[in-house]
Amino acid sequence: MADVRYSEEHEWIRVEGDTGTIGITQYAQEQLGDVVFVDVPASGRKVAKGEAIAVVESVKAASDIYAPVSGEVVESNAALADTPGDVNSEPMGKGWFFRIKMSDKGELAGLMDEAAYEAFVKSLG
Amino acid sequence: MTEVPASPLKRTPLYALHKELGARLVPFAGYEMPVQYPTGILVEHAQTRNACGLFDVSHMGQVRLTAKAGHNAAKALETLVPGDIAGLQPGQQRYTQFTNDSGGILDDLMVTSTGDHLQLVVNAACKDADLAHIQTGLSSACEIEPMFSRGLLALQGPQAVTVLSRFAPQVAAMKFMTGAFVMIEGARCYVTRSGYTGCDGYEISTPADAADPIARKLLGHPEVKPIGLGARDSLRLEAGLCLYGHDIDTTTTPVEAVLLWSIGKERRAQGGFPGAAVVQKQIAEGSPRKRVGLLPEGKAIAREGAEIAIAGKVLGTVTSGGFAPTLGRAIAMGYVERSQSANGTKVELIVRGKPVPAEIVPMPFVKHAYYRG
Repeated sequence: MADVRYSEEHEWIRVEGDTGTIGITQYAQEQLGDVVFVDVPASGRKVAKGEAIAVVESVKAASDIYAPVSGEVVESNAALADTPGDVNSEPMGKGWFFRIKMSDKGELAGLMDEAAYEAFVKSLG
Repeated sequence: MTEVPASPLKRTPLYALHKELGARLVPFAGYEMPVQYPTGILVEHAQTRNACGLFDVSHMGQVRLTAKAGHNAAKALETLVPGDIAGLQPGQQRYTQFTNDSGGILDDLMVTSTGDHLQLVVNAACKDADLAHIQTGLSSACEIEPMFSRGLLALQGPQAVTVLSRFAPQVAAMKFMTGAFVMIEGARCYVTRSGYTGCDGYEISTPADAADPIARKLLGHPEVKPIGLGARDSLRLEAGLCLYGHDIDTTTTPVEAVLLWSIGKERRAQGGFPGAAVVQKQIAEGSPRKRVGLLPEGKAIAREGAEIAIAGKVLGTVTSGGFAPTLGRAIAMGYVERSQSANGTKVELIVRGKPVPAEIVPMPFVKHAYYRG
């Protein structure tokens, strides 16, 4: 079973081997409202943990998406160009953003598991 | 991290209704206001364009001016605004601006003559300053009555006429930018056929305690859904209408903002409002810059603050930009040097450091659907 971890910036990463698939959480999509555009990174881009790597635009505002781990982008969700609303309807499914080949899986230890993330969201009120 | 507001947020008479409807409430101009309801901004936007939406705009400031004996309230107000107020017939409404001595805009407002009074609707964020400004300028000529506790409901969209006619049949015959006293659900309301969405529709000024029951009655009709400030913003942007504090402010004149249509011919010639000399000079010689519509290519959204450039040279700044749900694409407005402001001019909008090709286009982006009889 794939391991899913969460960041305080409301991104999720589903880990399979050395690769992590990244998107935003249900809480994040609710906060953003209707998503109308997602700017995803190109394959091959090297990213450091915490780097702004994608942008999600709702009707209201643009929000940066930060890389929850370091590594290299190996794939982006091209379908989001035509169906950005997938981020709202299936944030942890069809609404994924990109995949990273992780350079340091140790960084995952700094992220939250589902229970910890749920508690974190609750603490936000 | 929680930001502690300087003073507690105010609530409109519809606060309880917003909560019941599941609105997401956000601080706006000192009020706790609904930015959207559970359906979301895209659905709310389409609902208004295609059917009918109900907006709570009670946070806006309503002020009544009544002439003191031997004075003329319209003439007095003309000392603060460039609009032709003296020419307003009873029941007519006009859009104008409070200007400062440099011709900059302190606020924009609607003025309606009831015959006996002038009724002003000003922006929420400016209303305290506006009231002080009015008191300083007009106290000798007018009784000034702030009516900040009244409700103000905007019923907008092609089916607004059908719905409101069920409450008061006479509203069907009203034309765009006219107003009348109308009894709705037993309350004496002042209704104008106006709004800020580019749609046909009405604004209904209600006694404070009548706002909630009237809103609930309106929402009981199948054509009507509640709409938040998010869709109000995307609707007004599609309609090419200025948002105070963004597209117009104390540094922009009505000429630069392309609001000259709101200044009557006589007033252009005669002046007599703050900053008239600056405005008249710009009318004669042209303003250094101009507000224009911008259509970016592709899907990137250029928002407020994005630079407008030609071949790398910055000409101005985007003042409003966003996704236009009716068009399914990004739109924007901003200021450019007048020499580069012609429709069809190719520019670049700098979005997150990258130039996005765009074209200067006429506004509105979505045709106005006002009822002119």
